[in-house]
Amino acid sequence: MIEKTVFELSAEGRTGFQFPDLDVPSYELPQDFLRQQLPLPEMSEIDVVRHFTRISQKNYAVDIGLYPLGSCTMKYNPKINEEMARLPGFALTHPHQPIVTTQGNLFLMYTLQEWLKEISGFAAVTLEPAAGAQGELVGALIIRKYHHQNRQVGRKNILIPDSAHGTNPATSSMVGFDVISIPSDSRGNVSIEAIAPYCDDQLAGLMLTNPNTLGLFDENVTKVIDMIHQAGGLVYGDGANMNALLGIVKPAELGIDIMHFNLHKTFSTPHGGGGPGSGPVGVTTTLKDFLPDPIVTVIEEGDEETPPLFGFSHPAQTIGQIKSFYGHFGVLIRAYTYIAMHSADGLRNISEMAVLNANYLLSKVRQKYTLPYERQCMHEFVVEGVWDDVPGIHALDIAKRLMDFGYHPPTNYFPLIVHEALMIEPTETESKENLDAFAETLNRIADEARLNPELLHSAPHSTPVGRCDELKAARDLVLCCWSDNLSE
Amino acid sequence: MMYTPHTKNDVEAMLAAIGRENIDHLFQEIPEKYRFPKLDLPKALTELEAQAELQEIASANATTKDMISFLGAGVYDHYIPVAIDSLLRRSEFYTSYTPYQPEISQGTLQAIFEYQSLICALTGMDVSNASHYDGATAAAEAVIMAYHNFKGKRNKIVVSRIVNPQYRKVIHTYTQGYENISIVGDDAFTDSTLNHQELAALLDIDTALLLIQYPDFFGNIYDYRQLIEQAHAYGALVAVSVNPMSLGLLTPPGEFGADIVIGEGQPLGIPLSYGGPYLGIFATKKELVRKIAGRIVGQTTDVNGQLAYVLTLTAREQHIRREKSTSNICSNQGLMALASTIYLSLLGKNGLKQVAELCYQKAHYAADRISRIKGFSIKYSSTPFFNEFVVHCPKPVSLINLALQDHLILGGYDLSQEYPELPNHMLVAVTEKLSKEDIDAFCEALEEVTQ
Repeated sequence: MIEKTVFELSAEGRTGFQFPDLDVPSYELPQDFLRQQLPLPEMSEIDVVRHFTRISQKNYAVDIGLYPLGSCTMKYNPKINEEMARLPGFALTHPHQPIVTTQGNLFLMYTLQEWLKEISGFAAVTLEPAAGAQGELVGALIIRKYHHQNRQVGRKNILIPDSAHGTNPATSSMVGFDVISIPSDSRGNVSIEAIAPYCDDQLAGLMLTNPNTLGLFDENVTKVIDMIHQAGGLVYGDGANMNALLGIVKPAELGIDIMHFNLHKTFSTPHGGGGPGSGPVGVTTTLKDFLPDPIVTVIEEGDEETPPLFGFSHPAQTIGQIKSFYGHFGVLIRAYTYIAMHSADGLRNISEMAVLNANYLLSKVRQKYTLPYERQCMHEFVVEGVWDDVPGIHALDIAKRLMDFGYHPPTNYFPLIVHEALMIEPTETESKENLDAFAETLNRIADEARLNPELLHSAPHSTPVGRCDELKAARDLVLCCWSDNLSE
Repeated sequence: MMYTPHTKNDVEAMLAAIGRENIDHLFQEIPEKYRFPKLDLPKALTELEAQAELQEIASANATTKDMISFLGAGVYDHYIPVAIDSLLRRSEFYTSYTPYQPEISQGTLQAIFEYQSLICALTGMDVSNASHYDGATAAAEAVIMAYHNFKGKRNKIVVSRIVNPQYRKVIHTYTQGYENISIVGDDAFTDSTLNHQELAALLDIDTALLLIQYPDFFGNIYDYRQLIEQAHAYGALVAVSVNPMSLGLLTPPGEFGADIVIGEGQPLGIPLSYGGPYLGIFATKKELVRKIAGRIVGQTTDVNGQLAYVLTLTAREQHIRREKSTSNICSNQGLMALASTIYLSLLGKNGLKQVAELCYQKAHYAADRISRIKGFSIKYSSTPFFNEFVVHCPKPVSLINLALQDHLILGGYDLSQEYPELPNHMLVAVTEKLSKEDIDAFCEALEEVTQ
């Protein structure tokens, strides 16, 4: 069923909201600046509610079923988090309020910083970055500024494994680094041989995702980090896969200098159909003065009678402010709630069950799917979505066919180093029954690929729309309700 | 409280299936020295306890419900119709991922398509992206887009000092790595009232972008047409930062020559929430569509010829272009964009005009009242303004605001924090949530605390 747009549902004279009458004298409007037309839709409240309810039903979601997107950690988003973020005491505070009127907010942020430090081993944490990608930008700017402060402006090379997320190289370019792609070795680790030639005075650092996007813990990690440090470089940790490491290892203890967290992955804040995320960054003692401005801190110690006074400080060598205000506060409340309800044992249980689930699922599908690296996985794994005996079937076909069975597909065609990759992350919140059923479906699709490949080619069959013509979308460029074709 | 569903039997069966004796064996690849660190965290809370704790933390704040607030400076306490949150809580929206799989994401995709359309309607521009993090980062992305538009050959960015100070700071942070970009017009030694002629004097053939704000950070509304023409005469692009709420009333920048419109979408149905998450509006002309950073949704058809929506022009983005991409953005403010889409749909053309007018009228009433208080004056009394205005006070604003707290009033923003040249100047914001009684109480308190 095609759902009309809000513009098509509009009828002149309707409205979905009424404001009180003006209770002050009327002043003259600025005639020279008044707009002539305001082409917004006119709808009643019920029309609006039904429209958005109907389109919502065209979405797949974690609350509907298994969402095994690799490196996205689509775990359950607890309902209590949503309630807490909406408490009026939080939601109705203005960011420019004097700090004495926002001690609750500041306490919460300060405590969350402390908890993230404890979980990761870093000496300081900023909550300001809006998303993982912005956390990376903070990290890259810190690496750049650190070298500049040390009069090492020639350090421009940043090493990035070929299995890394695209944000790593994109971020590096934004700060003027030269990106050097590092191949993986035969076991899926960062290749030591490939790194060695770049360990010189041109080296800015390395961006490392560990476990990497193959779902493998890098066996060379401490060796590689040592090599980078010996050469005067810094190591940035992409914390996208932190869900495997809670209570398992502290990244800072491995020698990582800077790392971003993804609160929307590891700490259960909702993905929201693409955002808002939140990407706090942890750094070592050496780098804490470079953190973004401002940072939440205790500005007056408390005593037995009075609590401490929380406020903001301005790191001495700060890279500057990277967004308005102090971070995605509403997201921080959710992550705080989640950590408070788990504590140490609970957090470790998350990573243990995440890794158990991934390994269990892998064991159930590995007879029918090729595993590019014969190793135990961490919280996710990658298989090839292609078989020699049915060359016409691709990872995309498997992904689309999964939708017919009520599943969201895994991440596909990433990481780029695996042929026809299907990257599967079940997360810890799935039960054994759910994993059994999903494995059975994956295996059934492997059989279908031989018996009835057309079923895969033409999938999905049971979704609100079928396979979409993405080339047409890019060619015709219809990007808003009334433009026919922008490309002309 | 744990959300993992595993029973003891499940764990045993699963371990047996993978041939492991116990859970710890799954982590043998972690260097032993660092394996299983102790985490020193407070005892785990149940839902009941967590709720009590969070409520207690929240109660340590004073809110805009507890106090009458005249704070704005880029973020405004507007009323949010309850239907918005009711819809945002549909977990089909908030527990879904980026709509990379269009067949099962048509809800998110259509909502973004409608968001893009509404932003175009509001700003008078041709295309909008699916949003940036906030107004400040949208401004930084505009600078970087303009720089790349001229292939790095134009290195000058002219930024008015009356653009939101946070936006200017974020622009400086984002452009650190672009070593030849030079940002002029906004430095601390410039007069904050730098007029259009002086800004125009900074323009030249090296200028990639002129960034101005409308209404400006002080709430003032200027006719920018001549300035924009001058920038265009040098071939530069012009970005206009807007308060989207004001566009319920005012001529949109698309009608006076803007090439890019950016802004903070928070006024459109998004809670204050102590600074975020908000919504970075980014709209531009069709000629620049391929230069935009961030996600864009387009219309297409499916295999059966049925109308469908997909993410499009993805070849610009980091997951495809990697180091050749001009931005690393990998999300949009999905849920906040949805909130503003619902807000604009509910209010519609008449509602948005009405609320913008209410803000305008109440702000003018407040300015009128304050101008009659001894020792107070309106700084730019002959310039039209929207819902915010600068008040010259007889005492430092910090002292006045401290005293106002006893009257349960949050006074306006202290401009001396970012504009040392404006000591004793308060930026007062008024929204439709404030009544005549609230404004009168504010004026009486101002009088009392400055006697």
